[in-house]
Amino acid sequence: MTTSLTTKAAAVAAEPTGADRATAPRATTSRRRKRPPHTPLRPRPSIPLTLVTGLVLVYTLLPLVWLVINATKDQNGLLNSFGLWFADDVNFWDNITRTLTYDDGVFVRWLLNTLLYVVAGAGGATVLAVLGGYALAKYNFPGRKAVFAVVLGAVAIPGTALAVPTFLMFSNMGLTNTPWAVIIPSLISPFGLYLMWVFATEAVPTELLEAARIDGSGELRTFFRIALPLLMPGTVTVLLFSMVATWNNYFLPLIMIKDPDWYPLTLGLNAWNAQAQTAGGEAVFDLIVTGSLLTIVPIVVVFLLLQRFWQSGLAAGSVKE
Amino acid sequence: MRTHTTRRLLGTLAVVSALALTASACGSDTTDGAAGGPKDVEAALKKGGKVTVWAWEPTLKKVVEDFEKKYPKVDVELVNAGTGDKQYTALQNAMAAGSGAPDVAQVEYYALGQFAIGKSVEDLSSYGARKHGAGFTPGPWNAVTDDKAVYALPMDSGPMAFFYNKKVFDKHHIKVPTTWDEYVEAARTLHKADPKIFITNDTGDAGATTSLIWQAGGRPYKTDGTDVTVNFGDEGTKKYTATWQKLLAEKLVAPITSWSDAWYKGLADGSIATLSIGAWMPANLSSGVGSASGDWRVAPLPQWTKGDKASAENGGSSLAVPKAAKNKELAYAFTEFATTGAGASTRVAEGAFPATRADLESKAFLDTPFPYFGGQKANQVFAESANNVGTDWSYLPYQVYANSVFNDTVGKAYVSPTTLTDGLKAWQDASVKYGSDQGFTVNK
Repeated sequence: MTTSLTTKAAAVAAEPTGADRATAPRATTSRRRKRPPHTPLRPRPSIPLTLVTGLVLVYTLLPLVWLVINATKDQNGLLNSFGLWFADDVNFWDNITRTLTYDDGVFVRWLLNTLLYVVAGAGGATVLAVLGGYALAKYNFPGRKAVFAVVLGAVAIPGTALAVPTFLMFSNMGLTNTPWAVIIPSLISPFGLYLMWVFATEAVPTELLEAARIDGSGELRTFFRIALPLLMPGTVTVLLFSMVATWNNYFLPLIMIKDPDWYPLTLGLNAWNAQAQTAGGEAVFDLIVTGSLLTIVPIVVVFLLLQRFWQSGLAAGSVKE
Repeated sequence: MRTHTTRRLLGTLAVVSALALTASACGSDTTDGAAGGPKDVEAALKKGGKVTVWAWEPTLKKVVEDFEKKYPKVDVELVNAGTGDKQYTALQNAMAAGSGAPDVAQVEYYALGQFAIGKSVEDLSSYGARKHGAGFTPGPWNAVTDDKAVYALPMDSGPMAFFYNKKVFDKHHIKVPTTWDEYVEAARTLHKADPKIFITNDTGDAGATTSLIWQAGGRPYKTDGTDVTVNFGDEGTKKYTATWQKLLAEKLVAPITSWSDAWYKGLADGSIATLSIGAWMPANLSSGVGSASGDWRVAPLPQWTKGDKASAENGGSSLAVPKAAKNKELAYAFTEFATTGAGASTRVAEGAFPATRADLESKAFLDTPFPYFGGQKANQVFAESANNVGTDWSYLPYQVYANSVFNDTVGKAYVSPTTLTDGLKAWQDASVKYGSDQGFTVNK
């Protein structure tokens, strides 16, 4: 996705200097002889640009390649073989089995915990952001400006800065060391709310809502039947953002949760890593690498399935028509 | 008067508000003398309940199973709340927050002083812990007691030994060094023969440095209640800096941090040829660098004076019962079970290095061959080292803080022209300043 966006943006920038006599690559010309001159939408290919985007591609994929290759090695292979190529013996399936069963299958427990946090936390955050964003965009009520200021301010405060006060508060309520300590703070996404607000302003014409009201549709029905489908791209964008944020959340669970039974994957893998730094501990670097690979698989799948929505969501509001 | 100073001291002491809060809570705690004796422990075991244990020591898992089997009414929850200072931070946070503190916590010897002076751990002598004194080796026992109280029970120990890669030594015809001068010579020869090979790794490690100073006879810290002395100018320290400065100046130690994956890699491929480290290392070697099995051997530490047999402790930890524990009798019962008798033996069988005399002197233990060390009976080397550990060593009552600024001070000697002596002086100054700020009487 990075690649395609970069190409487009750079191509647009390069357009004014683009000369008409430049030859298009043979592959495209051979199919159809007659071609209009290059336009912003069908730009002239550029070798330096291809090289730069190629580099970006390699840079982006290299860690993934490393991860996949090294997930096939056992502890000895990791230490004794070249990092970017396979070791003598391939232990991929064995590694996966051992990752899933090590320490009574605690990895599976962590995976389920993470899923719980993502579904409840990120799902809840999306619902709240969609409802709130729509209300702020389409209803006039006193205090709207104040809400706007608070939301913008909240976007500027990093979650890390709030973690310690949140911990003390939750501790007073006796909620630390429970899933609630991770789920409740994840429910609030100022950025998601802001995004939905902007998106709803653009994507849902007020005239349409008025027409619905005139036709006798109640506010709830208007929202679910008319506004929500129009808001879909924005909703998916917010869902993706909060899913990624919750899936990768590390600091919040780190200070909230001490009980390994409630660890998300991020904390669990870190705990395995710390084992190697302990006198008398067991180094399980092979399981950490394989575990990391398993950890990113669901998020990669979600991306592939939803990225179309995300692209159109990101572009929303960027052009006034 | 004494209470007054103690309280003022505690009020300002260490590591944020955590200890301060517990301290003020303890100020009104007059039940200390009445806290349960052995009988209460028996009653609590019959009654049952839940014990939460914070520890990262892997062998405790088996002990928990055995304990629950023996006392079916007791439910032990073993939690890995972090390793080392991460766990101490979590522990202090929980104490500050007033909830969530465990009933039993693993605390390393170097860190115990901090909890003891903050009165945040229970005095175990009222539960009858003193009777176990004779059963532990003197080093660990001294580390958990003073004449007033027993702050924890020793769980393991780390008498130091010299681990060397025999394959590398043989290839380059190096003899196992018996003195640190020979060690420096070996470092030069090895590195000259193959520039990829270093005698050892070191990027500045407070634990390793203090242990080697300990072995050299240096006693930089003295603590008597709230009177603390820090002095890195004694003879032992000088012996250490003279030797180690040579290694640093000639770039004979690998710039690799211990416990990193690069470190494990270096141990596997032979580019880190030796380690002077605690006797708990075999478990890490066999699990972390299995491929080097058979390459390594164990020998006594090189000596500062030829013919000596001096040794020191490196690492090792204890089990303590926090004041904030909910079920102290059960907590003590578990602590006692895990550190003495059958529990201790179970942990030794699982790979821990004992702090108990009975295990250390048992024939089975001494005669265990280590396949990883080519069948060598390595425990004989370790046990001898345990007997030769220099006495009278003590850490600062705020050693966790001191170690956290080691890299800002001594660490400079590893990356800049600063000498080790100057670095240690800067460390001393930082420790003196912090101690004074916390209300200790330092170097007066």
